[in-house]
Amino acid sequence: MKILLKDLQVIDPSSKLNEKMDVLIEDGMITSLGITNSKELKDAKVIELDGKICAPGFYDMHVHFREPGREDEETVISGSNSAAAGGFTGVACMPNTSPDIDSAEVVNLIKERAKNHLVNVDVIGAATLKRSGEALSPIAEMVEAGIVAVTDDGAPIKTASILRSVLEYCQMYNIPVIEHCEEPSFTDGVMNESEISTQLGLPPKPTISEDLIVIRDIITVEYCGGRIHISHISSEKSVELVRQAKKRGLNITAEATPHHFTLTEDSLKTYDTNYKMNPPLRSQKDVEAVIVGLKDGTIDCIASDHAPHSIEEKEMEFIYAPDGVVGLETEVGLALTELYHKKHLTLEQIIEKFAINPRKILGLEIPSIEIGKKANLTIFDPNLVWTVDVSKFKSKSKNSPFDKRLLTGKSVAVINRGQMFYEGEFIKI
Amino acid sequence: MNIKAKIIDEDGLKRTITRLTHEIIERNKGTENIVLVGMRTRGEFLAQRIHEKIKEIDGSDVDLGVLDITLYRDDFRMRLKQPEVSTTDITFDVSEKDIVLIDDVLYTGRTARAALDALMDLGRPNTIQFCVLVDRGHRELPIRADFVGKNIPTSINEEIKVKLKESDGEDAVYLIDISKEA
Amino acid sequence: MPLSSRHLLGLQGVPREDIQLILDTATTFREVLERPIKKVPTLQGKTIVNLFYESSTRTRISFELAQKRLSADTINFSKSGSSTSKGETFKDTVKNIEAMKVDMIIVRHESAGVPQFLTRISNANIINAGDGRHEHPTQALLDMYSIRERLGKIEGLKVCIVGNIAHSRVALSNIHGLKSMGAEVSLCGPKTMIPKGIESTGVKVIHNIDEAIANNDVLNVLRIQLERKAGSTIPSLREYHNYFGITSERLEKFNRDIVILHPGPINRGVEISSEVADGPYQIILDQVTNGVAVRMAVLYLLGTKN
Repeated sequence: MKILLKDLQVIDPSSKLNEKMDVLIEDGMITSLGITNSKELKDAKVIELDGKICAPGFYDMHVHFREPGREDEETVISGSNSAAAGGFTGVACMPNTSPDIDSAEVVNLIKERAKNHLVNVDVIGAATLKRSGEALSPIAEMVEAGIVAVTDDGAPIKTASILRSVLEYCQMYNIPVIEHCEEPSFTDGVMNESEISTQLGLPPKPTISEDLIVIRDIITVEYCGGRIHISHISSEKSVELVRQAKKRGLNITAEATPHHFTLTEDSLKTYDTNYKMNPPLRSQKDVEAVIVGLKDGTIDCIASDHAPHSIEEKEMEFIYAPDGVVGLETEVGLALTELYHKKHLTLEQIIEKFAINPRKILGLEIPSIEIGKKANLTIFDPNLVWTVDVSKFKSKSKNSPFDKRLLTGKSVAVINRGQMFYEGEFIKI
Repeated sequence: MNIKAKIIDEDGLKRTITRLTHEIIERNKGTENIVLVGMRTRGEFLAQRIHEKIKEIDGSDVDLGVLDITLYRDDFRMRLKQPEVSTTDITFDVSEKDIVLIDDVLYTGRTARAALDALMDLGRPNTIQFCVLVDRGHRELPIRADFVGKNIPTSINEEIKVKLKESDGEDAVYLIDISKEA
Repeated sequence: MPLSSRHLLGLQGVPREDIQLILDTATTFREVLERPIKKVPTLQGKTIVNLFYESSTRTRISFELAQKRLSADTINFSKSGSSTSKGETFKDTVKNIEAMKVDMIIVRHESAGVPQFLTRISNANIINAGDGRHEHPTQALLDMYSIRERLGKIEGLKVCIVGNIAHSRVALSNIHGLKSMGAEVSLCGPKTMIPKGIESTGVKVIHNIDEAIANNDVLNVLRIQLERKAGSTIPSLREYHNYFGITSERLEKFNRDIVILHPGPINRGVEISSEVADGPYQIILDQVTNGVAVRMAVLYLLGTKN
């Protein structure tokens, strides 16, 4: 099938491309870029996309798809649909499923589920068995099955000595270790520690809980090598620590979530559990530091930490409610609204943080917009004003604090693996 | 306020109180076992005046208390405005006493009903007698007064307004027309 | 003039007029409590549920008594811990109770924010009987009532709250209420028991109990319990008593009139010595009596508001 995308602004930071052109795709391949002649137009499906941006397909390296174990909250397929609707052609899913992704069998199961989908679903394996921090999981076997990183997400790798083993073991396969930074003796807390937690009477979790593990991890990488990726960085101090580590040339990378660059702890004042996250929403100065980190490159990429939870589990007493927010379908809109339109990042930078850097961190091939390449594209309208409506989410779960929020900028279509997601439907191309 | 008539003036009020006091003493064959209980707010002042009058007539200083019946009302659910409660101030034991309950106007009888319940919760009096300045009719409950200053047949569109120096700066009873008030 | 809200979730942001109204109304009920028949029919036909997810015998009894003295129908529902492990969610439990046509819910819960949550899932009037370490408004109201009863006023008084402020729901309610009524509030306790940023509520923090005794008209002494992890905030109860306990030696040293409150239950020999707990400065049992009157006032003002 032939499909012509007309009048797109094509931006590909890898090749420094930024031009208005038409993109012709035949059987999933880019066959023409530039002005199209009438011959090419014949028997092609033409989609008018004037003013929209065409970029290499976006990638979210931190999602929880709940399969296996909690398919009522999300499955590989529903999560992938959510990713496509949100503007992503690839995701990496976290291993805190039930059972955990700590064996090649579970990795294969997820790969099998995802094999025909538009969205590439990569798998992150558990660093330790059952993510319990006691013994290494079969990392080599899982690498063979296709994992792209390891993590004990939900918690950091429990002890420094196990962390060192994981780091050293992973160096043989050149995969990064992803860390959820939270010093375990502070895990009683349910929100950021500050005068607000004091006034709300909620058990606090101080920023040092995050910072201490960031420091531990940096020092450990410095000592034994390897790569550590800090997930959902949220505190001012942690951003500064990563900045310094990068200056010293260490292999430390970091991601930030849309909620951590958009919301502050003030949102907790209504005790709405949709604002309960881990790491918790921090103070205004932390939010500002995260934005500065994104600007100066300290923070490499944006990831959603897409964490589906059932309504009955979220609609609970605050201290018992689970942490997390579904993020795939609001992520691009929030990044454009909060970072691009507020002039913190350029479109090129946004695209780097969504399409280029996460794949670099995970050692994946970076899609480029060139004739002869497979089309792996995200098309978005940076100026479309829309209102978030959780009931329209493709995700099975609706736990978003952004419901009813007005955003500027939205994904319009994604193309990958010979499929296109456009106007709410998957089309074979 | 749309005044139709002044029914009792200052002198008239004085005479009425004197007469009511005499009736109370006569009915009870003296003042020995009497206690006076005025209902907030104007009943309280009328009770004080009757108390003074008794002192004047036979020199005795009978017990005097104030009753707030807010907690006993039956119309909480119907009222748009929440009634303000104030305190009942009855420091003596009412058991075995002859209580003279005093109020300004007797109308539906619902306030009197509430007052009876409130008094019963304070003990077991020998009798409760009811004294009002004005009885305007339209009873909704089987209640009658033992001592009435003046019977004034009224229509539903009328209201009785008792004014006392202690609370209103003058002594008078007016008949008010409320029908034209939108 | 009715209260400005149909719930009592906390004292933060409650206008002074409302607090004044509750305290004044409580005076009426205090008189009722002295009668031979301590009962009025005011809330006849109203159904009130005491939803206690955390054991608290005295607060529950006080509320229950207040309800009975107002002739309301009372149901007690006690459960501990998270409901999910037992299959039914908190929300379902509340919906079930509400289907039985209740007018008011009194709630005590280990999690802060549960009273607010209740207002979103129920139409009943909600009264917070203690949520997590957040607020316990009726306790603060009865404390203020008792202070006013003893000293004739609240405005201008210096009140110090002593103890584990970080884990106290009584402290925060007292801070908000007393500040709103014009008192000067300070806190005294070991630094490990003072939560971060509490100064933002407009209070002063000190760590010396003698200073607290010397400079205040009222001490509100909180109960000290051993933490789940013993030794994580204070080394021992003995050390706490030696450095922060209210003893007659300490009080005599300053030889001044001071009023001592305690929300109970008392830990004799820990936060307060037996001598002080039974001595002339304390008004601990008045607080208990006043608690019923204050709760009657709150029930009355919310229960009869249209």
